[in-house]
Amino acid sequence: MKTTQTHSPARRKFLTDSAALVGGLVIGFYLPAKGGRAWAAEGPPKQVYPPNAFIRIAPDNTITIVVNKSEMGQGVYTSLPMLIAEELEADWSLIRVESAPVAAVYNHTGFGMQLTGGSSSIPSSWEQMRRVGASARILLVRAAAQRWGVAEGECRAENSQVLHDASSRRLSYGEVADAAGKLPLPQDVALKAPKDFKLIGKPVKRLDTPEKISGRAQFGLDVYLPGMLTVLVARSPVFGGKVKRFDATAARKVPGVQDVYQVPTGVAVAANGFWPAKTARDLLDIEWDEGTGAALSTPKMLEEYRELAQKPGLTARKEGDPTQSMKGAHKTFRLEYAVPYLAHAAMEPLNVVVDLQPDHCAIWTGTQSQTMDHAMAAKTAGLKPEQVEIHTTYLGGGFGRRANPMSDFVIEAVQVAKAVGRPVKVVWTREDDMRGGYYRSLWVDRVEAGIGKDGKPVAWMHTIVGQSIVAGTPFEKFLAKDGIDVTSVEGAATIPYAIPNLQVDLHSPRNPVPVLWWRSVGHSHTAFIVETAIDELARLAGQDTVQYRMALLDKFPRHAGVLKLAAEKAGWGKPLPAGHAHGVAVHQSFDSYVAEVAEVSLVNGKIRVHKVTCAVDCGMVVNPDGVRQQVESAVAFGLSAALHGEISLDKGRVVQSNFHDYPPLRFSEMPVVDVHIMPSDIAPTGIGEPGTPPIAPAVANAVFVLTGKRLHRMPFDQETLA
Amino acid sequence: MISMTVNGKAVKVDADPNTPLLWVLRDHLQLTGTKYGCGMALCGSCTVLLDGKATRSCVTPVSTANNKQVTTIEGIDESPLGKAVQAAWQEVDVPQCGYCQSGQIVAAVALLSETPHPTEAQITATMDGNLCRCGTYNRIRSAIQKAVAEMEGGAK
Repeated sequence: MKTTQTHSPARRKFLTDSAALVGGLVIGFYLPAKGGRAWAAEGPPKQVYPPNAFIRIAPDNTITIVVNKSEMGQGVYTSLPMLIAEELEADWSLIRVESAPVAAVYNHTGFGMQLTGGSSSIPSSWEQMRRVGASARILLVRAAAQRWGVAEGECRAENSQVLHDASSRRLSYGEVADAAGKLPLPQDVALKAPKDFKLIGKPVKRLDTPEKISGRAQFGLDVYLPGMLTVLVARSPVFGGKVKRFDATAARKVPGVQDVYQVPTGVAVAANGFWPAKTARDLLDIEWDEGTGAALSTPKMLEEYRELAQKPGLTARKEGDPTQSMKGAHKTFRLEYAVPYLAHAAMEPLNVVVDLQPDHCAIWTGTQSQTMDHAMAAKTAGLKPEQVEIHTTYLGGGFGRRANPMSDFVIEAVQVAKAVGRPVKVVWTREDDMRGGYYRSLWVDRVEAGIGKDGKPVAWMHTIVGQSIVAGTPFEKFLAKDGIDVTSVEGAATIPYAIPNLQVDLHSPRNPVPVLWWRSVGHSHTAFIVETAIDELARLAGQDTVQYRMALLDKFPRHAGVLKLAAEKAGWGKPLPAGHAHGVAVHQSFDSYVAEVAEVSLVNGKIRVHKVTCAVDCGMVVNPDGVRQQVESAVAFGLSAALHGEISLDKGRVVQSNFHDYPPLRFSEMPVVDVHIMPSDIAPTGIGEPGTPPIAPAVANAVFVLTGKRLHRMPFDQETLA
Repeated sequence: MISMTVNGKAVKVDADPNTPLLWVLRDHLQLTGTKYGCGMALCGSCTVLLDGKATRSCVTPVSTANNKQVTTIEGIDESPLGKAVQAAWQEVDVPQCGYCQSGQIVAAVALLSETPHPTEAQITATMDGNLCRCGTYNRIRSAIQKAVAEMEGGAK
């Protein structure tokens, strides 16, 4: 299937193997909509997906689409139903959405498990969901034709109805749905040619908007069960610390507190609401065995990383003889970069509701990683997988934090439920969420590059230092090849520019700070380095930075295409208001291509980004307004990090705690974002993340034009700019 | 015992008077549209109207609301202005993850009820207190402008 192109073979293999690794979780059964029947464990259907796992048509003609991806803002509760509705010939106004339970039939077609991430929902569902819709349409038409006693070929489907034009008869989908559900699945379905699309490619309003503007949308935090207690956990102030002893006398006296429990992650306070739980937790007296984590400090780590960056690490890519050619270069430059740990800081802090019974466990949470969380929950609860259910609520932001292979928040909540013995809602405060780890890694990069007399690059050496996301986890052996975590070097080892002598190498120091994917993963740092360094080479060559890049992108027409489009639309090279400058960057991630031109000025020494002109090539577009939303969002997310974001550690403690010291971009800082979409007839690729990587380098390159200062550390806030 | 009017209904709540209004709305009254984001009045997700004024319910003790009118997102469509703001939000398709949007909408309603024709700077100054990690700010601005136009049209 087309979907396989989205992911490197290494990553694909990792994900299938790791699914097997957690054991017993790739269970080949699913419960059809009406329940009762379970598929035997021979494994999920391969290519033919039973429509009734994804589509339910009620007698009143409403269509419920069961979506197997988590809605975290990226619009899958609209775009995936669009894929089905297109082939189903459904009346869009009758579509409703429901989140999928955990079952193999809902596995990601590329990952082999239920997971939302890697900007892969559309590419991995593109064929699958259209086939599901087409299969259902064929069955509905067949059922109607049988009822009328006419040939199937004389009937057609339109707007949730089957029509027999010759006799002017029509039946609604609702009227034939039952009969259609009893027919055998069609094995081979033809899909529409793109020119015949009615929905795909048209701007469609999000189906979740009405709930989200009325307060009705249910997030994890909004789940209330009868008899449920709210639990706050006091966790170790340093990573890896353990409770040595604690005194809960004062905490237990707070009215509304049920009790206080020691759990593996710390001390849990259960109460009849958030406020008593929080009040009591503040009164706990806990002595921690802090362990080695207490020695961690980010300034010290940066020193160690800088030391490491002086010597080459494991080779991720090598072309020609960079060392030798550097010596012969006409001009060279060398720069050391540093980017900090980053918290995801989704607006909804982490939370999990667990109702644990002796033979059953029900979980409500906003997760991106159902299959793994399900397996970990079953293991923690001591139950069989089929005794555990996960209800995926809306996610108040994900950005990668809710796709943790370690299932930290789910495991902890089940442990708490075991201790408390009643239904619980474990709530993380903002401070807990921000200090709870699983950050984007801290990185130090060293780049040395040289150009020849003609200005073209002759040598490029890039040493990367930072923690691997998978190191120390069971997944290391799958995702790290020869010691190199592909997510550590993506965007750097894949530099597209024609440079004859090139080396990219990697050091992966280990330490107890938990790290994780963060919107755009490795690209969130590599694009900054590569795109500011190539900019510097253009300056050294005395050339226009767009033209310079274009000349080096002969073999990468999609990079060149978006770069050209963004430059044109931004008015590259044309005069700007006094004190304003343009900077540009282009980057490929998740098989999509994005170029951004940032218009920047300095206001009292602070960076002000006025406008970002974006050109994106993500193949065919399902919902153009959805693509625009994602690019607007990705720019804001990347800009938050570029300007302000930093998580630092002092004596093992995370310094930042809330939005005053980890400030996301605010309303007044938001640039105009002008999004241009490249027309394409290639299968769609991801768009949730690819807008993030280019924004930091585009801004930094504009700042260079304004100040002559090459920004090489994030956040930019910390730089003194005149 | 605290007595308040919430979305037009009289309620009595038995809660510690120091409990933030947010948690009374959520944990006692199960009005979950008002969100917890920071607990420090930094993000605006918990914004409600207290006697018509935008209020960060996460730092407002429930005792402050005694004998007052509270309007949450669930009751925002009871006024023509609230309806217009919601309709504009729908038309522009503002929300992404949607978690902050209750607070954004309530803040916008408060702004327009005091300042029916806000300048760009007034919109910015008011909405700067409400964070959105999905970066929907430009659409929020467009929606507010649409709501202003809608209310103007309706008044003619």
